[in-house]
Amino acid sequence: MTTAAPAADERVAPIGLLRRLLIRPELGAVVGAIAVFGFFASQSSVFRSIDGIANWLDPASTLGIMAVAIALLMIGGEFDLSAGVLTGTSGLALAMLTSEYGWNVWPAMLIGLALALTIGLFNGVMVVRTRLPSFIITLGSFLMLQGINLGVTKAVTGSVQISGIAEAPGYELARTIFASTVPFLGVQFRVAIFWWLAVTAVATWMLLRTRAGNWIFAVGGNEAAARSVGVPTARTKIALFMTTAFAAWLVGTILALRLTSVQANTGIGQEFIYIIAAVIGGCLLTGGYGSAIGAAIGAVIFGMADKGIVFAGWDSDWFKFFLGVMLVLATLTNHLVRRYAEEKRA
Amino acid sequence: MTEQPLLEARDVTKYFGNVIALHGISTAVRAGEVTCVLGDNGAGKSTLIKTLSGVHRPDKGEYLVDGEPARFASPRDALDRGIATVYQDLAMIPLMSVWRNFFLGSEPTRGWGPFRRFDVVAAKQTCRESLLAMGIDIRDPDQPVGTLSGGERQSVAIARAVHFGARVLILDEPTSALGVKQAGMVLRYIVQARDRGLGVVFITHNPHHAYPVGDRFLVLNRGRSLGDFGKGEISREELTRMMAGGAELEQLSHELERGADSEVAAVGRDLGDTAQQLGSGSVPMD
Repeated sequence: MTTAAPAADERVAPIGLLRRLLIRPELGAVVGAIAVFGFFASQSSVFRSIDGIANWLDPASTLGIMAVAIALLMIGGEFDLSAGVLTGTSGLALAMLTSEYGWNVWPAMLIGLALALTIGLFNGVMVVRTRLPSFIITLGSFLMLQGINLGVTKAVTGSVQISGIAEAPGYELARTIFASTVPFLGVQFRVAIFWWLAVTAVATWMLLRTRAGNWIFAVGGNEAAARSVGVPTARTKIALFMTTAFAAWLVGTILALRLTSVQANTGIGQEFIYIIAAVIGGCLLTGGYGSAIGAAIGAVIFGMADKGIVFAGWDSDWFKFFLGVMLVLATLTNHLVRRYAEEKRA
Repeated sequence: MTEQPLLEARDVTKYFGNVIALHGISTAVRAGEVTCVLGDNGAGKSTLIKTLSGVHRPDKGEYLVDGEPARFASPRDALDRGIATVYQDLAMIPLMSVWRNFFLGSEPTRGWGPFRRFDVVAAKQTCRESLLAMGIDIRDPDQPVGTLSGGERQSVAIARAVHFGARVLILDEPTSALGVKQAGMVLRYIVQARDRGLGVVFITHNPHHAYPVGDRFLVLNRGRSLGDFGKGEISREELTRMMAGGAELEQLSHELERGADSEVAAVGRDLGDTAQQLGSGSVPMD
């Protein structure tokens, strides 16, 4: 709207603040989060207290870190079904090296990170090289990792659980950084919540304000077009798979240090929850569109539903039903709003 | 015409297995001129531009850039020499805004190290300015490219190539999917690019689009050249007739008229009429 474009103006009706908000990808998630909060807040006074908020932000945080990473990957046009079970693999590596082989926690964490990044690299290279759908490639990785987690854990420890991280040297410092609580407004908040906020902020900045972010939207929107203007599409996609793997390592480490033991089946079934949170947050399944903040808010909805059902004194068996309803409603809202907003603009 | 061509093809031949896709094609592209490549489907237009833009390498013959033999390993090499190709369907990413598309792959940055970031303010500003400099009037650079019309999309792609220092612009059927008005708009930007001193290769199957803007016309048929003409050497009517395969259409109409079925004969007469109209250039654009 500079002075240089007077002829263009008569075709552009000023876009109101409302419409600017409506076309944001996060809208469905924000509306959903407000509705869910209002609903449970009216059912339970604990839920709306600061204690309650600290309580339901905790499951939102570990889920949110993963949902944000998966959102980036989905904007880039790919899926990762191995992300959930990879949190288990990272945690198991840490637990096994510390409790079975007496390692210090820090080098054990580094090995876990290297392992996770290698698996992310494998997923990325396989998808880029074979051009098979990432759904299939990472479904394969998911099953392989599930088998490895169980097989190796049983072979080394003779059981399906590894415990004893707390006895390892270096544990106290690691726990302070990754698994402690932070007092805030007189309530103990899990430090994972701050990790989650940091991951969301960095992801959003990267997506909207860096070259890499532009490339992520481009490879998901139209890979061939992106390649033809010189975007390193293969590198971008591989980096996205490795980012997801990094997030899985972070979450796996946080959970392992918090619980000081890891089950061999950790993370199984979570992969779809991450995708659902990202979709509620405005990501298109077809790629090229979405938001990291939206995915983080999608995770908040999950956290609220997870704990809210308990606070309200209901049977927690209904959690999954609730998720299904949320998914359909949020996606429908996103769809309708986007169509409305684009019709009005065009 | 004595000026050295930016691009020159000499007897370029390209095989795919035992298929001869191009056979002995020669043409030239000069600065400030538009070279039109015309041909029906399967004539070899795509193979020719892919050869010019560095996707394929000729099996025989020479491809000269600035008078020197060039062997490009990839389209990126060609781009580095200032040869930009705008593909009809590959030009833009619909869900991304105009300014994000404009700088895609060549984003301006500021800051250093891990804080190096996409200079969004400068990108929006530059995008608007260089579109206006080409006389392209986009409503709002923030709108997704998917909401632009086909002609506007091509225009933005052309402006982008010009902005990033292209000396030669290869346009793959930029007008074929467009209505009359939209096609006119794109033709105007082709002329704009020419007037800025770029060499333009304009691929089309519509002689009515090619003739008003072209300085040279290369007509292809089944991988062979039917001729490489300067503007003074061929009339619009001849070009149209050559392009549409007027002779073939007339023969087809005779064959159909000989058929016993009266309906087929009627179709044949229609085809004959069309051939005549094409010959006289009276069929409307598109």
